[in-house]
Amino acid sequence: MLEFPLWKKVLLWGLTLAASVLSLPSLFTVSGLDWPAALPNPQVNLGLDLAGGSHLLLEAKAGDVRAQRLENMEDTVRQLMRNASPRIRIGDVSTAGGRLSFILESPADIDRARGLIEPVMQGATTIREWDLAVVDGQRMVLTQTDAGVNQAIDDAMDSATEVVRRRIDELGTREPTIIRQGSTRIVVQVPGLEDPDALKRLLGQTAQLEFKLVDLNALPANVQAGIAPAGSQIFPYAPGTPQEGQFEAVRRLGGIRGDNLTGAQAGVDPQTNQNVVNITFDAQGGAKFAKLTTENTGKPFAIILDGQVLSAPNINEPIIGGSAQISGSFTPETANQLAIALRSGALPVPLAVVEERTVGPDLGKDSIRKGLLAMAIGSIAVIVLMIATYGRFGVYATAALVINVFMLLGVMALLGFTLTLPGIAGFVITIGAAVDANVLINERIREERARGRKVVAAVEAGYKEASRAIYDANVTNFIAGVALATFGTGPVRGFAVVLIIGIVTSVFAGVTLTRMWVAGWLRRARPNDITI
Amino acid sequence: MKLLKLVPDNTNIKFLKLRIPFFVLSIVLIVGSWAAVLTNGLNFGVDFAGGQEVRMTFTERQTAPIASLRELVGSLGYGEPAVQEFGAPNQVSVRVPLPEGAEDTPGAATAIGARVIDTISAEYPDARTDGNDTVSGKVAGEFRDSAILALLGAMLAVALYIWVRFEWQFGAGALFALFHDVSVTLGLFALTQMEFSLQIVAAILAIIGYSLNDTVVVYDRIRENLKKYRKMPLGELFDLSVNETLARTVMTSLSLFVALIPLLIFGPPSLFGMVAAITVGLFIGTYSSVYMAGPLLIWMGVTSNSFVPQETAMDRQEKIARGEA
Repeated sequence: MLEFPLWKKVLLWGLTLAASVLSLPSLFTVSGLDWPAALPNPQVNLGLDLAGGSHLLLEAKAGDVRAQRLENMEDTVRQLMRNASPRIRIGDVSTAGGRLSFILESPADIDRARGLIEPVMQGATTIREWDLAVVDGQRMVLTQTDAGVNQAIDDAMDSATEVVRRRIDELGTREPTIIRQGSTRIVVQVPGLEDPDALKRLLGQTAQLEFKLVDLNALPANVQAGIAPAGSQIFPYAPGTPQEGQFEAVRRLGGIRGDNLTGAQAGVDPQTNQNVVNITFDAQGGAKFAKLTTENTGKPFAIILDGQVLSAPNINEPIIGGSAQISGSFTPETANQLAIALRSGALPVPLAVVEERTVGPDLGKDSIRKGLLAMAIGSIAVIVLMIATYGRFGVYATAALVINVFMLLGVMALLGFTLTLPGIAGFVITIGAAVDANVLINERIREERARGRKVVAAVEAGYKEASRAIYDANVTNFIAGVALATFGTGPVRGFAVVLIIGIVTSVFAGVTLTRMWVAGWLRRARPNDITI
Repeated sequence: MKLLKLVPDNTNIKFLKLRIPFFVLSIVLIVGSWAAVLTNGLNFGVDFAGGQEVRMTFTERQTAPIASLRELVGSLGYGEPAVQEFGAPNQVSVRVPLPEGAEDTPGAATAIGARVIDTISAEYPDARTDGNDTVSGKVAGEFRDSAILALLGAMLAVALYIWVRFEWQFGAGALFALFHDVSVTLGLFALTQMEFSLQIVAAILAIIGYSLNDTVVVYDRIRENLKKYRKMPLGELFDLSVNETLARTVMTSLSLFVALIPLLIFGPPSLFGMVAAITVGLFIGTYSSVYMAGPLLIWMGVTSNSFVPQETAMDRQEKIARGEA
């Protein structure tokens, strides 16, 4: 039990040194010193609650994806039927109840219609995305399959994550973390952000840009009352526009989407001195836009962003150069934000912030300072208590305690874990609880000495008999730690990480290292009696 | 050198003599705690209730205008705000509940948050926003569910481990002791109406771990003594085990206590609730290890045979075959 061959000593000291050295870069940073750039630099990440910054949890509504797909399918089906030769006439188109249903005017077209629709029911993947049913011989009903919807949500979230990343990169912040979570969520963590509201506004903007023709036949009174003529839709004007509070009726179909952009820049219109956003279409988008403006010269079209009308200018001449200008009562900031959002692409699905945690940088620094102070005082109190109670064995326990703290920090740095505010509490608890192993051992040695055992036998028995309880106690603590780690958000998880790693390092330092030291001392000094 | 001895050698405190009054006390505590939780309710923070919590510092004031803040934020019509000092006299935390029905509107909570901050900043230009937490109703509901799951899961998992390592009576005793600890901690939060947040649940999970430390140490000694003193009456053996480990129990609790106190006094204000819960839980856990986990073993009929392998018929035949019997 107390035999330590040389290789074992080398190994234990090596492990101790290696883990402790890893903590140095982090300690340099905390004390405001510069770690030499030439050396490897593993750092304990500071959580947002210590470093300051914003944590946002974004969520997409699955229902929005469903609705979007349904609308696209309606568009596709209408186009297919119209372009078929001879044209297939359909009527009574409805998307009620989440299904697309329509009647073929001539039941004889049923096979041709089916032949046209079936290829688009299967997406790019092998999953069947739609179910087709024929009712009463001439009504066709298209229903979305769950697999198709899930696939669509998955795709939408993947590209939404990309879009979010591009938008945050445009803000020029350092080291943002953007991770998909679950099926409909994205976690965004941005350290040290000056203006979290700008970030929220930017991410809250879906940036779905549409150009739709104004329905000139709609009765103004009906439009303001929210009654749309057949084939038209009603959109409100965006807040901040001169027409705020009014509505515009636009043709539902035949417009184009601003998906095919290659660029978007905020600027000022030299003639009107208004803030505008200049957009550039790619070849495909430019062609569509040219067609729309050529066929409808002289008529007004509405520029709609995320379901709100920005402006409804007249098309004075065909726009064939592939670039256009969006006006809409912008301030320089909102123009710039829209430009960023358009550049980084539209979000395929609207995202809402369902959880936000923001901490100012000063508060974080204050927390670290207070936490370190408390940790220092607590450590000194524990050390005094241990040395006063166990003398030489208390000194060993103290040395183990100090090494434990360095190793804990080092292991966290090596594995890239994050230190959070509750994690600081975890450190303090670990300091208080780590000596438990030494207390168990030392009390047992006392007992064995009181029963009359010789020094070496008593120490051996102390380590041997105490180890069972130490083992069981730490395993149960570990289980509680795992329950902690699976629960809660980042800060609480940071607490669990410290407790779990602390269990491992404290058993290593408190049991293994002290045994080595005690064994070495017993062999050198060969004491007949020990004070414990 | 004269060393400190907090617990004199050979203590012989008759813990079990008082087991019935203390057990009754424990039951009363558990029942009372749940009564408090059910009648007073827990003062859920934004983590569990949803809503908005802003922490602000008034940089040009000695004390924060708490009363007028309450009025100002209350006039926004989101319900009665909870405004309280947080850390220093010129620092406050303002909590606004989520309005009815906002659970289904994902962005509602953040919109309210922005409005609260803007309103206060407009009225008090020296108000600096130190941080804000906004949690939607849906996410808060998920936190509630996962908190309950984590607490139940942790309790069951450790009880299961104790059962495997010891005997079923020990597992059941540990589980009941943990139930006691969790109940009383919840009861204290219901009584004091201190804010109950994710951090407090983390604290309770830590309490589960450390309360079990004590229980395991006592149980380990009971097991050892059951093997050593086959003929000793169980009550006596239990008292002996608790007395033998008493010095350790006191030392460990004390060292954890002296480490926690500075954090409670000098630590960051946002940790106060969590550290207070752990500190109180430390005492509750130590008490339950002695007065709940132990006596329960006796009532559930642990005997020294539990740890000594029974001689089976087959063993006996083998012995006979070897000519040993």
